Amino acid sequence: MRRMLAIATKEFYHIIRDVRSLALAVAMPLMMVFLYGYALDMEMKNLPVGVLDDDHSPASRDLVRRMTAGHFIVDAGRLESRAEVDRGFRRDKFRAVLVIPQGYQRALSSNDLAFVQILVDGADGTTAAAVNNYLNAVIAMMNRDLVRASGGRMTPPLELRARTWYNPELASAHFIVPGLAAVILIMICVLLTSIAITREKETGTMEQMLTTPVHAWEVIIGKVVPYMGVGALDAALVLLAGRVVFGVPMAGSWWVLAAYSLLYVAIALALGLLISAVTRTQRTAMTAALMGTVMPTIMLSGFIFPISSMPWPLQALSHLIPARYYIEILRGIMLRGELWFPKQLAIMCVMAFGLLTLAVRRFQSRLDLL
Amino acid sequence: MTRAQPEYAVLTRGLTKRFDNFTAVDDVDLAVRPREIFGFLGANGAGKTTTIRVLCGLLVPSAGEAWVDGLPISSSADQVKRRIGYMSQRFSLYMDLTIGENLEFYGGVYGLSAPEITERGTAVAEQLGLSAFRDRLPSDLPPGYRQRLALGCSVLHQPRILFLDEPTGGVDPVARRTFWDLIYDLSEGGATVFVTTHYMDEAEYCGRVSIMDRGRIVALGSPQELKRSHGAVSMQDVFLKVVQP
Repeated sequence: MRRMLAIATKEFYHIIRDVRSLALAVAMPLMMVFLYGYALDMEMKNLPVGVLDDDHSPASRDLVRRMTAGHFIVDAGRLESRAEVDRGFRRDKFRAVLVIPQGYQRALSSNDLAFVQILVDGADGTTAAAVNNYLNAVIAMMNRDLVRASGGRMTPPLELRARTWYNPELASAHFIVPGLAAVILIMICVLLTSIAITREKETGTMEQMLTTPVHAWEVIIGKVVPYMGVGALDAALVLLAGRVVFGVPMAGSWWVLAAYSLLYVAIALALGLLISAVTRTQRTAMTAALMGTVMPTIMLSGFIFPISSMPWPLQALSHLIPARYYIEILRGIMLRGELWFPKQLAIMCVMAFGLLTLAVRRFQSRLDLL
Repeated sequence: MTRAQPEYAVLTRGLTKRFDNFTAVDDVDLAVRPREIFGFLGANGAGKTTTIRVLCGLLVPSAGEAWVDGLPISSSADQVKRRIGYMSQRFSLYMDLTIGENLEFYGGVYGLSAPEITERGTAVAEQLGLSAFRDRLPSDLPPGYRQRLALGCSVLHQPRILFLDEPTGGVDPVARRTFWDLIYDLSEGGATVFVTTHYMDEAEYCGRVSIMDRGRIVALGSPQELKRSHGAVSMQDVFLKVVQP
């Protein structure tokens, strides 16, 4: 215990004296929240859509007005002929074109089937799908109005009414920020501790320490404890930035969120120490820390790509990603107001304990094994 | 734990350490008596550091056995570590910790209580002339004082056996002389000192010396004996006669 305290005290001095690293550990996560928070904003606004109106009628103008009523689509102007479509796509003048054929108004008023066409630039698939969906919704709404106006003479056989709970505007920041917090925290916290042991191997102080009666667990725990403070600070900054800057709601409790976040930070710090215990140089340790956290977390945590649509080997692999559980918890607390996550809690406790044990076991107390 | 003083502070039998195809320590037999200042001489790469590292439990011997303070290192590494102090060639200090904090840290990892750390820290700083620098960083000190601090860190817990690996490397002659005075003080205080050096003038300060060459012990005895038996005027002469060019 005394020996562990001595190591914790010493690590604390290292942390507060190295002002540059400390500033980096605080500034980097904040910078990443802003950068990725805005870049990954998948909400679409002001998509330019051109109109090729061959009908030139009040009805066709009404359709265009309805389409551009929201913020989603802006009118990118009129096209004179189909030949302009390709040119416009290539010059990024618009992402889609609404084609209203001649006879549109006549068909509507005579209760015939009226056709409109949308041409979508598939080069940007996400945008194409979004425009497609939006215009379909506009047409569906018009159909409903027409049915109502007909006084019940026509009835649509089936009507889908979708409503999104918890995130009614489908604001992507609400969805992105929890995942982003998970990625940033694991990256920073693993980096923090990944050099904590290798640095001492390089400077030679580890050799000195190994001739003392200090035990591996005292070194590992003594090094984790002070870094918990830095990790907690980072977690608070990232989550508060999500709340204040991106307006992520807080349906649950900040205290509960803090408790789960500390557990997640502990997992990350333990992983960093495990890396530090098995590598020889700081450079290798930092490379391993980055490779082992950023990509796997982004790809396999459900942050961006839904786990349920992955092939089964990747789904199986995703169970090993701590961020997977933390993101589930974050979204649960912040968006749905849940508090109790027994499954995730159990798995994360096992991960934290397992990684610490592994770090202690792999910590070599002899030089020829270093 | 009270125990009769063992006959030898350090004893090795057929101690061997191989790295891949290279034998750094080859079948070494040593017997160092308690309170002796035992000099361990040899050229660079002769196997001195490896021998010390094996004795401190940093390396596992490939063959043979060693006893430190009467305890076999193979089975009592933890007990051995409580009884020894070690100062490596590169003074293993934390450059961002003050002199006082370095001393407190090593006191802590040797398991001393807070009052013991204060008491021993003050005593050691006093003895080594570091009291005035307690709040300074090691980088503010001249090399001679940094070396004293490294020594201080390894004797806080009052080890029975002190292993010093080239403690005076890179230090000026005056500071070296002062340092040897400290070694005498520690020896008079009851510690056994096992010291490696390649300065032949320092060999004269030792009670007994062994000369190591390519992993083997090639000469062993007091400086007087060695000079007499090799018909040499100085330890420098002895060294050049026993070590193959």
